[in-house]
Amino acid sequence: MFSLTALQLARIQFGFTISFHIVFPAITIGLASYLSVLEGMWLKTKDTAYRDLYTFWSKIFAVNFAMGVVSGLVMAYEFGTNWSFFSSFAGGITGPLLAYEVLTAFFLEAGFLGVMLFGWNKVGPELHYFATIMVAIGTLISATWILASNSWMQTPQGFEIINGRAVPVDWLKVIFNPSFPYRLVHMTIAAYISTALFVGAAGAWHLLRGNGTRPIKLMLSMAMWMLLAAAPLQMLVGDAHGLNTLQYQPAKIAAMEGHWRNQPGKGVPLILFGLPDMAAETTRYAVEIPHLSSLILTHSYNGQFRGLSEFKAQDRPNAAIVFWTFRVMVGLGVLIVLLAAWSLWLRWRGKLFSARNFLRLATIMGPSGLIAVLAGWYTTEIGRQPWVVYGVMRTDHAVSNHSALALSATLVVFIVMYTAVFGTGISYMLKLVAKGPDEPETASHPGQSQRPARPLSAAPDDIDPAVG
Amino acid sequence: MGLDLPLLMAIVIAFGVMMYVVMDGFDLGIGLLSPFVKNREDRDTMVNTVAPVWDGNETWLVLGGAGLLAGFPMAYAVILSALYLPLVAMLAGLIWRGVAFEFRFKADLSHRPFWDKAFAWGSYIATFFQGVALGAFINGFAVKDGAYAGGLFDWLTPFSLFTGFGLLVAYALLGTTWLVMKTEGALQQRMRDLSRVVTIALFLVIIAVSIWTPLMHADIATRWFSWPNILFLAPVPVLVAATTGLILRALKRDTHVSPFLLALAILALGYLGLAISLWPNIIPPAISIWEAASPSQSLSFTLIGALCIIPFILGYTAWSYYVFRGKVKAGEGYH
Ligand code: HDD
Ligand code: HEM
Ligand code: HEM
Repeated sequence: MFSLTALQLARIQFGFTISFHIVFPAITIGLASYLSVLEGMWLKTKDTAYRDLYTFWSKIFAVNFAMGVVSGLVMAYEFGTNWSFFSSFAGGITGPLLAYEVLTAFFLEAGFLGVMLFGWNKVGPELHYFATIMVAIGTLISATWILASNSWMQTPQGFEIINGRAVPVDWLKVIFNPSFPYRLVHMTIAAYISTALFVGAAGAWHLLRGNGTRPIKLMLSMAMWMLLAAAPLQMLVGDAHGLNTLQYQPAKIAAMEGHWRNQPGKGVPLILFGLPDMAAETTRYAVEIPHLSSLILTHSYNGQFRGLSEFKAQDRPNAAIVFWTFRVMVGLGVLIVLLAAWSLWLRWRGKLFSARNFLRLATIMGPSGLIAVLAGWYTTEIGRQPWVVYGVMRTDHAVSNHSALALSATLVVFIVMYTAVFGTGISYMLKLVAKGPDEPETASHPGQSQRPARPLSAAPDDIDPAVG
Repeated sequence: MGLDLPLLMAIVIAFGVMMYVVMDGFDLGIGLLSPFVKNREDRDTMVNTVAPVWDGNETWLVLGGAGLLAGFPMAYAVILSALYLPLVAMLAGLIWRGVAFEFRFKADLSHRPFWDKAFAWGSYIATFFQGVALGAFINGFAVKDGAYAGGLFDWLTPFSLFTGFGLLVAYALLGTTWLVMKTEGALQQRMRDLSRVVTIALFLVIIAVSIWTPLMHADIATRWFSWPNILFLAPVPVLVAATTGLILRALKRDTHVSPFLLALAILALGYLGLAISLWPNIIPPAISIWEAASPSQSLSFTLIGALCIIPFILGYTAWSYYVFRGKVKAGEGYH
């Protein structure tokens, strides 16, 4: 297909399937915690607006969760089908981590999900609240294990290579590898930010259409408080994450900065925009702020760090991609902070629910958290190239021996199927959002009178998915 | 330590796969049966019988994959890349079916037939390719230097196509007998009738596989038919025949639960027979669990978790089946 090599096709296939997958868990993680807060507030204050919001968002949660499960199922097999040499080399390390994820997280979520969505009339309120909290904890445990595994691939330690495979010698070092704490915190906050933007956009959209019921206002307000807390924090954590990357993956940082070589005795400028050119080893059309990269990355005015030209050509990640994905993420991060700040100002002026330009921006920015998540992951993963386990195993040694033809065929299957199935599911979620929470007086007991009893079935029956 | 870690790990994985076969088996079976039930309300009832418990069932499949990667990375790498195409097909089936399971209730009347079909087709594709994968596994894989050395289509043999068909029959039996247990009236009667046909079909499939496998693989033949093994192993086929007889008898009477339990027994026996044939290989025909095992540090770490946590998992699973026990009536939800 378009004369791509088998390796490239395998990478595209993995990138495509995991890009779909990550979108669903990011929302699952955020919504599960949000639902716990809503239910807790309802139990505490007995304010029915919280309960109405819980009912409303739990339906959307259910649809999203089901898509996370089926797209995740593919991931668990893809390591073996597409990266068999990686699996036999590092399976002794990533396998146990994945097994713990299944044992401690996936089963926990599956076990309590039924009660959470359908058990309102079967168990008491405390037990129900407990179930919601267990699901939320399950999603966080899940993120912890998978990120430990991914971070180990970025900054591997605690192992020895014996007979051509990685043998764990110290599990604590494997799990608590240098990039893991940063990645875990950064990703968890990213999930909360993405969810807050999604929830906030739903509220803003309804307000723009004149639907200003109390639950709608409440959800916009809660989402903006969340952004106000999380978005600036994310900047700080992201900065710390970058310093950690500079220490352990200097070539990735050089690519992200579009930085090729140091000028003797001079600080490194921050390149705002430009086009990194891998062949000419330079960043064209660079718009620069002098000394800023030195300040950010070395915390000194004239500090230097290695440029990409200092690495062997075959050890360099593709700066042209990483440079831009990184800017998309950071650019959106800044925009999100501005949105949160604007909301604070409007709140203070008492206009949070009526300032139409603000509401428009909040609506448009609904998907921006997820776009930042994807951009961040492209930066991380493409910046790790050409290594699959950084400094230890190269990606071209990891790939299975499939032909380009076989990989093209399956790639087409995945693209067609994912677009149809997840496209339908996403349109379904959006229709639920558009329907809005039930009017307080007609709101039935959560979950009542709907059909049983699998996650998606928590959604009401009268909405038709678009595709099909 | 003296403990045989690869053996323990193999037992844990075999247990996970068995759980998967049993639990996802009957809910896939319901998808397989749905085209044979014309009345939409009855089809809804069928789906409702598994709706509340379906979620956890598939997690056992994920556990099987993760356990194999953790315990036997070389087997995971070889088997999964050898079975690339059938596994992609299986995953595609599971995705369609998982989503259709839900959408068929929500869609407009005009779109419902589409999702009904997607539900049935997804179940057929997933089951058939699981069976094909099983047949290819029995046939064995070409391995060189610890990596798969065969072609893209090595899995495609008459035998593997036959096992694909065989698994359809097996899951259908789990489905019909499950429904005998969970439904009433005309639907239950229909399932009783179908169960009889499917039981006989499954018996024939088991006989065919039992003859075909030793004919193809001399070493498996030696294992079963040499003296004194034959003495110890003879009960397995005898029990299969006896259980088949018992199911047929139970179906004639007004029993509800026993056909399903007996169907589980037949599947367990088939599984045991397979284990006897392949033991101790994890990559048939020649690589044993000890050769493919991951380092003992990986095995012990995983096993500690598995052995401590699986009892709790079985606890919740039993609890959710308990919450949703009893017959499901037409049009009845769980609220
Ligand atoms: C636990 C492991 C893990 C996790 C959590 C992720 N990845 Fe990854 N990713 C891999 C493990 C991996 C891998 C198996 O290691 C790959 C395959 C080849 C490679 O270099 O790394 C990979 C490659 C890979 C590529 C191709 C790299 C390239 O072309 O240079 C992309 C675009 C992504 N990933 C994207 C993502 C996204 C959007 C993720 C968000 C969740 C993500 N990855 C999380
Ligand atoms: C940062 C990356 C990832 C995060 C944060 C993450 C998180 C999650 C979460 C929270 C769930 C359950 C909720 C849901 O389905 O929506 C989930 C499901 C799943 N994920 Fe991921 N995941 C990530 C990447 C991966 C990767 C790389 C794999 C492959 C090994 C994977 C395999 C799975 C599987 C198999 C499921 C379905 C589990 C089930 O049956 O319940 N995930 N993931
Ligand atoms: C504006 C400030 C931000 C900075 C300075 C920043 C910094 C970084 C850096 C340096 C990386 C690469 C880590 C590596 O090399 O492995 C990264 C990755 C990532 N970023 Fe950000 N980020 C910011 C905002 C955001 C926002 C707003 C989101 C999403 C809502 C986000 C989501 C992610 C994700 C998902 C990853 C990949 C996972 C990881 O490595 O943690 N980031 N970020």
